[in-house]
Amino acid sequence: MNELIKLLKQNARFSNEQLAAMLGTTPKDVAAQIEQLEKDGIIKGYSVILDENRADKDMVIANIELKVTPQRDCGFDELAKTVMMYDEVDSVSLMSGSYDLAVTVTGRNLKEIALFVAQRLSTIEGVLSTTTHFVLKTYKEKGIFIQEEDIDERGFVAP
Amino acid sequence: MINYDTVLSSKIKEIKPSGIRKFFDLAATIDNVISLGVGEPDFQTPWAIRKAAIDTLEKKRIIYTANSGLADLRHEISHYIDKKLNVKYNPEHEIIVTVGGSEAIDISIRALINPGDEVLIVEPCFVCYAPIVELTGGVPISVTTRLEDNFKLTADALKAKITSKTKLLILPFPNNPTGAIMTKEDLEPIAEILRDTDIMVLSDEIYAELTYGRKHFSITQLDGMQERTILINGFSKAFAMTGWRLGYLAAPEPLVTQILKIHQYAIMSSPTVSQYAAVEALIHCEREVKNMVAEYNVRRRLLVDSFNKMGLECFNPEGAFYVFPCIKSTGMTSEEFCEELLNEQKVAVVPGNAFGESGEGFIRVSYAYSLKHLMEALKRIEIFIRNRKSAE
Repeated sequence: MNELIKLLKQNARFSNEQLAAMLGTTPKDVAAQIEQLEKDGIIKGYSVILDENRADKDMVIANIELKVTPQRDCGFDELAKTVMMYDEVDSVSLMSGSYDLAVTVTGRNLKEIALFVAQRLSTIEGVLSTTTHFVLKTYKEKGIFIQEEDIDERGFVAP
Repeated sequence: MINYDTVLSSKIKEIKPSGIRKFFDLAATIDNVISLGVGEPDFQTPWAIRKAAIDTLEKKRIIYTANSGLADLRHEISHYIDKKLNVKYNPEHEIIVTVGGSEAIDISIRALINPGDEVLIVEPCFVCYAPIVELTGGVPISVTTRLEDNFKLTADALKAKITSKTKLLILPFPNNPTGAIMTKEDLEPIAEILRDTDIMVLSDEIYAELTYGRKHFSITQLDGMQERTILINGFSKAFAMTGWRLGYLAAPEPLVTQILKIHQYAIMSSPTVSQYAAVEALIHCEREVKNMVAEYNVRRRLLVDSFNKMGLECFNPEGAFYVFPCIKSTGMTSEEFCEELLNEQKVAVVPGNAFGESGEGFIRVSYAYSLKHLMEALKRIEIFIRNRKSAE
């Protein structure tokens, strides 16, 4: 992976000066590279990694497995596009294996999500079945420990 | 009551405790210290190596190995040295697996030094060489390196210290604490001086895997030098295996035969579980090492750039995981700087003079820490420097 992208994935808030120092280049060059990555659509945006439970106590996240019938000419794409239009839906991926679309949904409570699945997702034409899994606890997200800091057991000073 | 003062050997009483230790004790008394003082990797030992150790515990009897180490491991070490340096060592008679690089240093010095022999130690350096030399009755002689020479050993500095009593040169590159390396061109004039003599070289290459921008070069690769060199390396730094306590030495057979006697009587054999794990490290973990080096390199560049921007001249180290900025512009001694930084900003770094007098005026900063941790520490050091400047 591109060294710059690796660093931005670690922390998108590094300044161009810091990135330039770490990569052994100039801030101007970093700015140009980032602009190009954005223009090429490789960088889609910048977000924040939260401990969701502490940021919003009432938030519930569910992973939903959808089995669907692929449609003529467009396969799974049309159906995935329909699913992803809902604001409640955070992510949609086409999967290999025993189901087809993996959908992440957030809501205020279990009931809200259950109703969304029952009324919105399962009624879409071509959806054969849904299985809903609620997230109880997230341990690691995008390479970052959510529950605890990694504690340094080494001493202060060693030869 | 027994008088312990008369019980203890006079030699051991003369040995000074490590200067680092004193600083560690001081840091331990202060809350919320953030440290850049540690000389061991922050990475976890690669999983494949740990798994090999677990499998060993499950399936093998954990008994002594051969004195010189598992045959498989010695073969892999021999193969690894050949692959990296294109230098050949016979795994049967020219390699000993030791308890860390430290043991290799100890038993090599003990096997070579008679009372009164002079040992040239390239300084600043890791803290163990001089005390071990003193225990054997040898005389440690510092050969200092300078910032102007990028902390490389020069032929002139070496020549100036050679006498008829000189027995051994300790050559620790890539260097702790400076991060300096010796290239082929740097080593050739050193080798040229040594070729006509019976002076041996102890080449401590424990940081050999951690170089940035160019491959490590060993003095054993130069004509006529393998026969007068004891090559030392280990698993601690390259494979993030400090606590596994495993290193090795490679040297000509007549030396290894004698050195092995000390290892046999003092140690018997190195930790068996670690030895099996180390085989895995040498065969399968090249990619993990490469990733660690890439990560260290990012941090290294950040630190060099940041210290120079703060006005603390920092030469560009090409090896190990330390930077060694000069703090003379602050008007403080190394120890004053470190103590005040610790008290004011709660950042622990190591005073350069802990690595020999020639380290005075410098501090050793380790980058075996996450970027997040390094940036917080840099922020605090910058405030510390800024406060000094505005007070002037």
